[in-house]
Amino acid sequence: MSRVSASLLPKTFRDWFKSRGWKPRAHQLDLLAKAREGRSVLLVAPTGAGKTLAGFLPSLVELAERGPSRGTAKDRRGLHTLYISPLKALATDVARNLEIPVAEMGLPIRVETRTGDTPSHKRARQIERPPDILLTTPEQLALLLAHAEAQEFFQHLRRVVLDELHSLVTSKRGDLLSLGLARLMTIAPQVTAVGLSATVREPDDLRRYLVPQRSTSPSRGEVAPEVREGVETQPSSALPPHPGALTRSDPPPPKSDVSDLGRQERISGTPEIRGEDKERLADLVVVQGGAKPDIRMLDLDERLPLAGHTASLSMPAIYDLIRTHKTTLVFVNTRLQAEYTFQELWKLNDDNLAIALHHGSLDVSQRRRVEEAMGAGKLKAVVCTATLDLGIDWGDVDLVVNVGAPKGASRIMQRIGRSNHRMDEPSEAYLVPANRFEILECRAALDAVHEAAQDTPDARVGALDVLCQHILGMACAGPFGLEDLYEEVRSAAPYAGLTWEDFEACVAFVATGGYALRAYERFAKIVKGNDGLWRVRDARVAQQYRLNVGTIVEATMIKVRLGKSMRSRPGTVLPRGRILGEIEEYFAETLTPGDTFVFAGEVVRFEGISEDEVLVTRAGSGTDPMVPSYAGGKFPLSTFLAARVRAILADPFEWDRLPQQMTEWLLQQRRRSIVPGARDLLVETFPRGNRFYMTCFPFEGRLAHQTLGMLLTRRLERAKLKPLGFVANDYGIAVYASGDIAGRAGRDPGFMDELFSEDMLGDDLEAWLAESSLMKRTFRQCAVIAGLIERRFPGEKKTGKQVTISTDLVYDVLRKHEPDHVLLRAARADAATGLLDVRRLGMMLERIRGRIIHKPLDRVSPLSVSVMLEIGRERVYSDNADEILAEAEAALLDEALA
Amino acid sequence: MTALQKNKQTTHEIELKGQLALLDLTGAMYLPAHDALLVADLHFEKGSSFARRGMMLPPYDTRETLLALSDAVFRFNPKTVIALGDSFHDIGGPERLGTEERTTLSEVQQGREWIWVTGNHDRILPDSIGGQVVEEMALGSLTLRHEPMAGEQAEIAGHLHPVGKVVMRGRSTRRRCFLTDGSRCVMPALGAYAGGLNACDAAFKPLFANGFTAHLIGTERIFAIAKSMLCRD
Repeated sequence: MSRVSASLLPKTFRDWFKSRGWKPRAHQLDLLAKAREGRSVLLVAPTGAGKTLAGFLPSLVELAERGPSRGTAKDRRGLHTLYISPLKALATDVARNLEIPVAEMGLPIRVETRTGDTPSHKRARQIERPPDILLTTPEQLALLLAHAEAQEFFQHLRRVVLDELHSLVTSKRGDLLSLGLARLMTIAPQVTAVGLSATVREPDDLRRYLVPQRSTSPSRGEVAPEVREGVETQPSSALPPHPGALTRSDPPPPKSDVSDLGRQERISGTPEIRGEDKERLADLVVVQGGAKPDIRMLDLDERLPLAGHTASLSMPAIYDLIRTHKTTLVFVNTRLQAEYTFQELWKLNDDNLAIALHHGSLDVSQRRRVEEAMGAGKLKAVVCTATLDLGIDWGDVDLVVNVGAPKGASRIMQRIGRSNHRMDEPSEAYLVPANRFEILECRAALDAVHEAAQDTPDARVGALDVLCQHILGMACAGPFGLEDLYEEVRSAAPYAGLTWEDFEACVAFVATGGYALRAYERFAKIVKGNDGLWRVRDARVAQQYRLNVGTIVEATMIKVRLGKSMRSRPGTVLPRGRILGEIEEYFAETLTPGDTFVFAGEVVRFEGISEDEVLVTRAGSGTDPMVPSYAGGKFPLSTFLAARVRAILADPFEWDRLPQQMTEWLLQQRRRSIVPGARDLLVETFPRGNRFYMTCFPFEGRLAHQTLGMLLTRRLERAKLKPLGFVANDYGIAVYASGDIAGRAGRDPGFMDELFSEDMLGDDLEAWLAESSLMKRTFRQCAVIAGLIERRFPGEKKTGKQVTISTDLVYDVLRKHEPDHVLLRAARADAATGLLDVRRLGMMLERIRGRIIHKPLDRVSPLSVSVMLEIGRERVYSDNADEILAEAEAALLDEALA
Repeated sequence: MTALQKNKQTTHEIELKGQLALLDLTGAMYLPAHDALLVADLHFEKGSSFARRGMMLPPYDTRETLLALSDAVFRFNPKTVIALGDSFHDIGGPERLGTEERTTLSEVQQGREWIWVTGNHDRILPDSIGGQVVEEMALGSLTLRHEPMAGEQAEIAGHLHPVGKVVMRGRSTRRRCFLTDGSRCVMPALGAYAGGLNACDAAFKPLFANGFTAHLIGTERIFAIAKSMLCRD
């Protein structure tokens, strides 16, 4: 029931809705009313609720009422609405959808897109004669704002629509966008923001993101009413206190040193609200979900393996589901799983169903073909990765199958939302576990979906490297004063807690690198004039900024080309075939000629790297790929699901809800070892062959486990227990050593507690970070984003002349001479939550303090088998160069003695 | 105690044209027969060279390189030190050298013969940096020059910044290295910001017609790795 009557809509619009057989939805009218009141608003709605139209309706109405532009140069009313989407494709898609009402109602509205593909003459024309509505991406917005004419271009802007806001805010792109939004609000204080989002755990985080956090303008950002459909508007005074306020303390400035990286309980973007300032939130409109999803676990009669991620046993069942549905989306977690699943389904495909493959490494044209066929309803199924997670309209999907671990509750719900785009019908979905642990994870996810529990991540603290990039951009736009820019930056929610010192450090970095040794004053990129304002030094610096804008530092990709073997000269492969797609350079680096791996739906043989391409040939049919795929996914198991999995394990009454094979397995574990309590950490030790093994099950996700493994092996080394290696998965790790770990623990009862004590996040972490390749990769990304080094563009050839510098070398030198430099701080902040997940490791170590249960066994337990099976299948992690070199040297000796 | 005994732990012995050469963890080479220490591609002031073009690399590279250089010099205490070219990243380098770094350099040079071989980055070197400047030179039967030249003549050179990459069971490491076939040696770059060229690159092929052994500089010691064990980037 809506409180807003449809009379808000002009007649043209009412007639149009009628002509389509629609009625304006309540939330669409709500947004119209909010726009009339000049308020910013967050719209939270499930897929299929007409979110995008709701976001644009107020602009369409206003523009229709404004009447046609006379089109003369004098009639420059400028840009009215700016729409930002995380995906170029989505912006194009929305523009197309927007054209329909505009054309059908004959509205005098010009809609245009601006993306990396927009030709330069069109870009120039857009600046000269802005459209009414412009659809673009965060990077393009940053470029526009760094333009000398930004002020003029945006001064009449009325509205900003941020699509898929829940996905944007979780990354550095969200930081960049928040800074852009802050600048927009400075240029055009009348702007209101509309955020469109899927359901999230903390809508207030997004509501804060949409309004300036310390505005001097009294008209915006006051305490806002909350609107729920079918619920009375709550007066602001009745608002419950912000839930985060109870659990979150204001974060210290993000100036953490490494030793407390892991200990910061919950870093959050909660701004510091001082004295008279009230919480600044955008209004909220929530569309409750329609019918409950019809979701279940695919239960096979067969026993699932203890490890592995291919779900090979389930393929016939998945194929049957595809056959009996109209259109199916098969989601998997990684590119290689996608390749495998696609191949297996085609082996079964006696009916020749149109099953396609879609993942981020495929050639763009190939992806577009799949997307078009999908839109045209020509496909029976698409096997896809996260690249299809976002809201492009796919038409008539009536089934979603998620193969492998769900990893997160919100994530799985967004995926399920892809089926049945009409929100009042239930979505149908299957979760397909690939191994026994994944049964637990699927069970936990089903419960979460049932309760509509969300586990979207906490709000971010704005990254300093992004801020550095933004500062340079603002200098390109025009002279700025330090205090003004500081206040503007802090009005962006992620940067609300930014300290003056950090801000100054970023400005100093942009100017001269900000080093304690002030060697570069005369080369400064931005300089302070006599008027106290900072300006960019010359046009070349501005050009450098434009080439470097954006926060996505892809792992450098390298093209994969199908080669032709020369008949006359066996062993010679010519790069004559087509490009299959691209793979990460670091993956290519680990391949040796002759290795076979699955790519673009077939098994290929790695022949070598020629110039800047990977050369492969088709492996004979029936060849098994030799190179193991990365198991699991890029996304580690969410803390929320992990806690649920531990709870299910700990409570035998819960076991009844699991498939029988799982219950039997847990009973065996209880007989042979123990099943740990929800907050305990079980550590098992046992001998096997001539090695001693130690396994433990923290359930904190692969990234945190890798870091834990690295640190544990360091400590075991120091304890002279001669660790040989370790493997990690999402649930646990197995460390193996030639020293008797159990024996040591038996003689020294405090040994395990000490081994897992939180102080490993001090010196041990610091020492490891010095050489960690993951840390170096993290640093490289920060260095590129902050503008320390130039971005290397895909396809750009490496030439001897090219000005490149290895960031690994820079990292080594900087770490040694200025360990507190702003870039290193930025990299450490990333490491806390990114590739190293130090923060989660810290939370885990705190949780298990005094709760370690060591169980010495004479042989491997059922639980440990699962992680033991990763040995040989998974990479053995090591950053110890000497170990690798010693092995290679020994190989030479073997050769000599043979 | 002789230099040889003192550095037993950190050095790695090879034979070059019949004479003993000690490869040092810093990337330097010591020739006991001549009491000479060789270093290559120091690339002093590469950081400031980049800063001129707007890439503000940490200005500590010269310091770092000098640290390694003085470490090797003071340990071996040689009569002669020979820098095999590209000692400065560009011609303006000597002028940009900071006061502190200039002092350190003089201290290292103190009391020994110091020879700068010129390279493509530093064809001209000012007198103010001390020592003598040569284009190339002979040390017994060995020619010392910046850029290696294919041919029979035994030589020690730099210029190419060789690095070797090793992949063992999915783990990989990429380290600076000495390449040698017993008659020719291409030395690793010593400069803190000097990048590397993979030893599998075609540039090395004409120099080592009969293959080479790569001596990769690890963390604790130097490892002799067969050419067949090296991977491309």
